[in-house]
Formats: sequence, C-alpha cells, structure tokens
Amino acid sequence: MKAKRGDWVNIYNMVLTPEERAPQVPEDTKKVPLETWVKGFIKQDAEIGDEVAIETITGREVRGKLVEVNPSYSHSFGNTVPEVFKIGLQLREILFGGEDHE
Amino acid sequence: MSKDMSYKGVMSRRNEIMKKAVGIDYDMFEGEGIAFDYERMMRETGYTLEEMMEIQGSTGVGNTPLLELKNITSLARKFAKKGKGARIFIKDEAANPSGSFKARRAANAVYHAKKHGYKGVIAATSGNYGAAVASQAAIHGLKCIIVQECYDSRGVGQPEIIEKARKCEALGAEVIQLTVGPELFYTFLRLLEETGYFNASLYTPFGIAGVETLGYELSREMRELIGRDPDVVVCTNAGGGNLTGTARGLMKAGAEATQIVGASVNLKGLHMASDQQFNKKSFTTGHTGFGIPFATWPDRSDVPRSAARPLRYMDRYVTVNQGEVFYMTEALAQLEGLERGPAGNTSLAAAFSLAQELDKDKVIIAQETEYTGAGKHIQPQLSFARKNGIEIKFGNPREEIPGESIILPQHPSLIKTVDIDLNKIKKSYIKNCLENNHIREVRDEDMEFLATDTKSDLAFVKKIINQLK
Repeated sequence: MKAKRGDWVNIYNMVLTPEERAPQVPEDTKKVPLETWVKGFIKQDAEIGDEVAIETITGREVRGKLVEVNPSYSHSFGNTVPEVFKIGLQLREILFGGEDHE
Repeated sequence: MSKDMSYKGVMSRRNEIMKKAVGIDYDMFEGEGIAFDYERMMRETGYTLEEMMEIQGSTGVGNTPLLELKNITSLARKFAKKGKGARIFIKDEAANPSGSFKARRAANAVYHAKKHGYKGVIAATSGNYGAAVASQAAIHGLKCIIVQECYDSRGVGQPEIIEKARKCEALGAEVIQLTVGPELFYTFLRLLEETGYFNASLYTPFGIAGVETLGYELSREMRELIGRDPDVVVCTNAGGGNLTGTARGLMKAGAEATQIVGASVNLKGLHMASDQQFNKKSFTTGHTGFGIPFATWPDRSDVPRSAARPLRYMDRYVTVNQGEVFYMTEALAQLEGLERGPAGNTSLAAAFSLAQELDKDKVIIAQETEYTGAGKHIQPQLSFARKNGIEIKFGNPREEIPGESIILPQHPSLIKTVDIDLNKIKKSYIKNCLENNHIREVRDEDMEFLATDTKSDLAFVKKIINQLK
C-alpha cells in the first residue's frame, strides 16, 4: 500500500529492545520489545514499511516505520454476550415481578 | 554536547525534567527523614476551594447531578435484615464535559499550565484522565499529548483504552500508544524534555485538590436534601487521588463524621506489567493492581511527592469482583435508566453491598459515574474477555479467579464486598517508608507524620516499627 504526501498515517518505533528493558519488569515482558505508535500527516510519498517522517497533530516531527495509511477506529460493542440480557430480566422480576422473592 | 537520550541517560535526568515540567520545587517541603510537609505543599502549591470552584465552573466542570437510586435501594432492602438498607445515591460525574470526575483534576492542572505560560500539556494515562486533559486543553487553547499503555506484544489493544484514545483525538490531542511496561515513563520524560510542556500529572497538588470540589458538593447537596451530611461515601480507588480529594473536600465542608470507604475491583494474582496478563483483565483502572501498590507506596507516582495519599483518609477498604461490577452496571441501566461505563461503577457495586449493613435512615453515596460507549461498556468488555479465553458464567462471585473467570452473580443477594485488612496495608506502607528512605532510627517527627499519613496514632506506628525491627 502506498501513502501520498499529506496522508494521515500511523508509524511505528521500537523504544527498547528486549535486552534494554528495565530490570523490574516481569519475565514475559522482558522477552518482548517496548513498542510505540503515533499518527500524523506524512511528509513524503512512501510505501508500507518505509522509514518516514510525519507531522503529528501537535506539530511535532516524528520519524518511524510506516505501518498504516488512513488508520481508522474499529473498536465496537463486540460480539454480543447474551448473558447480559438475563441480568435485566432477573432484576425486574425480583423488583417488579408478581412473585415476591423475599 | 548532545544529551544522552538512552534509557539510563534520560532516567538520570528525571528530577531535573520533572521540576521544569511541574513547576514545583518539592525539596521545599522535605524534611530529613520520612516526613514531608503535606499540608504546606497542598496550601502553597494548590488552589483554595473557592478558586477551584471558579476555575472549574468557568469550564462547565462540577456541580453534577446527585441522584437517588430508589430502585437499587429497594433491591438492596430485599436482601437486608429488618430495618437495614441505607438510601443509595450516586454522583453522576459522567455529566462533566469529558465524561468523568477526572475533569475536576484536569481543570486545575490545565488552568495552572496556562497561567504559567506553558504552551502545552502532557499526561501519561490510559484512563479517563486523558480525555479530561484533552478537553481542558481544547478550552484553553493549549496543545495536548496523551501517552497511553495500550497494547500487548501481539498488538492487541484493550477496547476500553482504544476508546479513550479515540476520545482524546476527538478533543484535539496527540495520542502516543505503547505496549505494556513501566518504561512508558521513559517515553514520557523524553516528550517533556522535547516539548517543554507542562506535566499534567494526576498526582500534583493541583490535580488532587481539584477533586475537593466533589467532596464539598456531596456535603452541601446532602445538607440541602436531608439536612445533614452523608453517612458513608464510597470512592473507587486506584491511584488514590479520587479518595484523597473527595475526603479533603468533605472535611473542608465540615463533614467530619462521614465515613470514607475505598473500593477496588479485585484483580489479585494479575501482574500489571505482564505482557501476557495485560489483556486477561477486564478493568483497566479502579482495581487492586493500582489500589494496593499506590496505597502502600504513594510516592511511586510520576512526581517526587504524590498529593494522593489514600491511607491518610480511608476508614475502610473493600474489594468487589469484576462480575459484580458488570452486574451492577447492568442494574444501573435496567433499574435506574442510567447507562454508564463499568469501571466507574466499582463504588456502586460496593455501595449496594454496604447499604445492606446500614440502617434504613442512613445515606450512602457512590461518588462517581463515567461515560460509556463503544469499547467501554459491559458488552464489548465481556466480549473481549471471552475472546481472550476468560470463562464468563453466572454463579457465586466469590469463586471468580481474575484472569481465568468472570462470575456474574447468580442472584443480586450474592453481591458482597470483601474487606481488606487496612492495618496490614498501613504496616506495609510504614515498612516501605523505612526501606525506601533507608531509615534506621525513626525520629519523633517521622512518627507523627506516619501516624497522620496512615490515619492512625503514635501507639500504632510505634507498635508496627517495633514489629519491623
């Protein structure tokens, strides 16, 4: 995928390699790098994987690896967990139902 | 000569960077040993209650509705012994501009930054505080950067945190996202140094004092409504600022008799800095993973002396389980018509249980709600848990194992707080004070400080110190 100068993109950087991680972090975390992402407008035409420069929303210039063009929000309300509906039914039955559960 | 930008290099400049970025010389309040002059720090670097009301009021923060939860109270009374079942109220803090009580903390911090000529503000937070700072920065025309711990090493993000990132961006902030780890602080320090922006830390006197208005409102509103102060106020407890500020505000209003209860979601066994456990939890704040470490060592925060000192004000500390909080979140929607975010309802779940211990004529307040939306809602949070292999079922919430199961109560009568032994927490705090300050002989001033800072007395502190010897 290609990005054109001025596109809204997401870039990646490795902050610390596994070897550089702080001594107090748990073992599983020590095995992986500390990674970071930041978004902004790209300053040149580029392809995914290229080292690029962006201007962030606060006007900072940040360099990093291009990983996403036009990053979008995809979080949602997830797959319905039907148990949730039973809670309301139970509560209304206890409080307003004909039978007193006391 | 160019600066050493390595991890060690930047961390070694920590104090110097912080001093510039917060504008407080914390040394002014330090003594020789353990003690420091907390009240003087709050007085000389914070704002008065009147000033804060003015600052917050001018940006639409505070004076949120205090709602009586009549149906939830009726429900609690069905399970309480005869004559028991206090009236339950909730402070609808979701009505603040950014959707949570954190607007109160941010209002002060950002006002202070603007007044002192900073061009922007930075905060390290994966919570509602990010949106609060972004919202206030938008109002004051300052730039804003939010640094979030968001993903595990597979690049999977907590839906709740991703939503908070979206909200920050919607309010004009730059959001920097990282994988799990406390070295986020390194990135944070680098940004402070690079930009010269203000560190809108959650733990400065401005931030904590900002919550005092909330406690003050609780007293004033209750006096108007029932002619006296609330009997119990339950505060969701993580870093301790919510509880500290609320308690201080109640005291400033003269509500000396109000009992202050901290409530956290029980996440026992999960390590907060673990890459593999990061997405095994369904609450990203308000839990024991922050609540206990910050109570036993508040000065672990991103400023030299934290203004959030929960043990100083806490009368009781309880936990509730994830399933119980989700259940009460649904109860709030289904019985009171209020759809709010789960994490803020930790105190509500606790209040529901505690109300059943109190007489009917008593009043208990859950002192916050938070906004809800995609990612930050009972459905996506449970859905995410299920995707991560967490078993979700109805049953006895006491059998829930954090990271393995979420047990929704089979019946609302099973919702029960579990007390944390506060004396144990206080002991642990005193131990940390001795160890971290390399103290052998404890001076009288330190004893007095520790007694005040743990809401205990000299006899208690002396006893603990002798036990630790």
